[in-house]
Amino acid sequence: MMTEPMHVDGNAAAGGFSEVLGFDVTTAMLICAGCGRVGVFAESHVYHRAPGIVVRCPDCEHVLARLVQTPTDVWLDLRGAQSWRIPVPAQ
Amino acid sequence: MDGGLTAKLQWRVARVVDSSPETESARTIGLAVPGWGGHLAGQHIDLKLTAEDGYSAQRSYSLSRPVDGELIEITVQEVADGEVSPYLTGVSPGEQIELRGPIGGWFVWRPAEEARILLVAGGSGIVPLMAMLRQRISMGSAEFRLVYSVRSPADVYYAKELGRLERDCDWLRVALIYTRVAASQTARPPGRIGVAELEVPGWTADDSLRVYVCGPTGFVESVTTKLIEQGHRPSAIRTERFGPSG
Amino acid sequence: MSVVNRGFGGRRAEPARQLPPGQHLTADFPVLQAGPTPRIDLDDWRFTIREQRGAEHCWTWTQLKLLPIERPTVDIHCVTTWSKLDTKWEGVSLDTLFESVDTSAEFALVGSYGGYTTNIPVADLLGGKAWIVYAYQGEPLSPVHGGPARLLVPHLYFWKSAKWVRSIELRDNDIPGFWEGLGYHGYGDPWREQRYAGD
Repeated sequence: MMTEPMHVDGNAAAGGFSEVLGFDVTTAMLICAGCGRVGVFAESHVYHRAPGIVVRCPDCEHVLARLVQTPTDVWLDLRGAQSWRIPVPAQ
Repeated sequence: MDGGLTAKLQWRVARVVDSSPETESARTIGLAVPGWGGHLAGQHIDLKLTAEDGYSAQRSYSLSRPVDGELIEITVQEVADGEVSPYLTGVSPGEQIELRGPIGGWFVWRPAEEARILLVAGGSGIVPLMAMLRQRISMGSAEFRLVYSVRSPADVYYAKELGRLERDCDWLRVALIYTRVAASQTARPPGRIGVAELEVPGWTADDSLRVYVCGPTGFVESVTTKLIEQGHRPSAIRTERFGPSG
Repeated sequence: MSVVNRGFGGRRAEPARQLPPGQHLTADFPVLQAGPTPRIDLDDWRFTIREQRGAEHCWTWTQLKLLPIERPTVDIHCVTTWSKLDTKWEGVSLDTLFESVDTSAEFALVGSYGGYTTNIPVADLLGGKAWIVYAYQGEPLSPVHGGPARLLVPHLYFWKSAKWVRSIELRDNDIPGFWEGLGYHGYGDPWREQRYAGD
């Protein structure tokens, strides 16, 4: 039985991640530590109706990144990507 | 000016300046944001609402217009048991709302880019694509084709303006796809977008073509699959998935 | 700095009894999930209790359904502030499942299909405080709410009631689960408002 997908994408997680990291995350290229897929953050599968934001690889659903906002802190887990490649605007 | 990607992203207080009906169940809300540094067509804001007991909820809304000084605009669909939309569709001018933005550098259109743009909207997914079309009125030279899927004619946002743009501008063609109830004058019976509706006569998938798809996740993924089957390169397709509104 | 949006959040019902601090009553049953909804074939479903030295106790779906049934009616409290009172479940008490398990372990790491984990002291799983449940309000538990079976530990915040439960790993040391390792409280008692680490 087909049901509606429960995820959105990296665009929806961008506000939280970009605010704490200080740069626009949507255009970052991530290499999935689970399957090696290379893809932009904007195209990740995002689960945000949760106690935190969970960003997953669209191919293998490995957790690429997580964010939790508490009253005093932002907690980040970035272990799920081998690397982040962030375009730097030309000066 | 790549406005919207360099300033520090932080919560700030905006003021409602306008609220008007867009359809029977959607309203377009204008906000004034002191110190707004500009934005790109396709970007969105996050809104945060706080109740008297401190409980807060956040939602993302795409900007429906290009840069206009400190004024920005969103269109909000009212969802009956929604947590946030009943409040937003009832706000009055003068009320304050916290917001963060502009957000997102991937799902954007810069007027200098690409010669041909295919826009595919599902329901409220039209909002960021409308910002792109409104931007094109004053800047750029790209050709646009819009395929806009809605349940019924009553659900079309910006209906009059889209009709006028299509009549007056030679760079735009609009195809409305009704999925549940068709307009009386359309020949096509109601139904979901098929591969045929995504083909643009005279356009082939090549380097000067980019596609933007926006709407609920199921819609976006189904359309993207069809576009790739037609030969569009995945790297030429930009997507933005909305969750269930509320 | 917070702006207060008057009229937002105002349509809440009054609870029949006192709620833990910071909670409010909800009429619906919000679905929160950290990943895609797992689809598990009942023929393949297993629940395993794994002891510190590796000994395993395993139940198939058929075996689970043959165990004595309990029908707890409990209040549940989510850390995102919604609560539901008098929710009705059907399932097997963990006391029943632990009858065949002789352990000195103090700690447990609960695991789910899809990879979710949460840590709970063994003492909080026993003594009539926890169940593996497979029905909600008289109907089989739907996948989005954790079906075919989830853990139910209502005296702790509901993130501890792991959906799509598949295993309990018994441990001599406590290690944090999915949310406990990223800012949420290790124990999670709603009555002491233990939402975040350090609370």
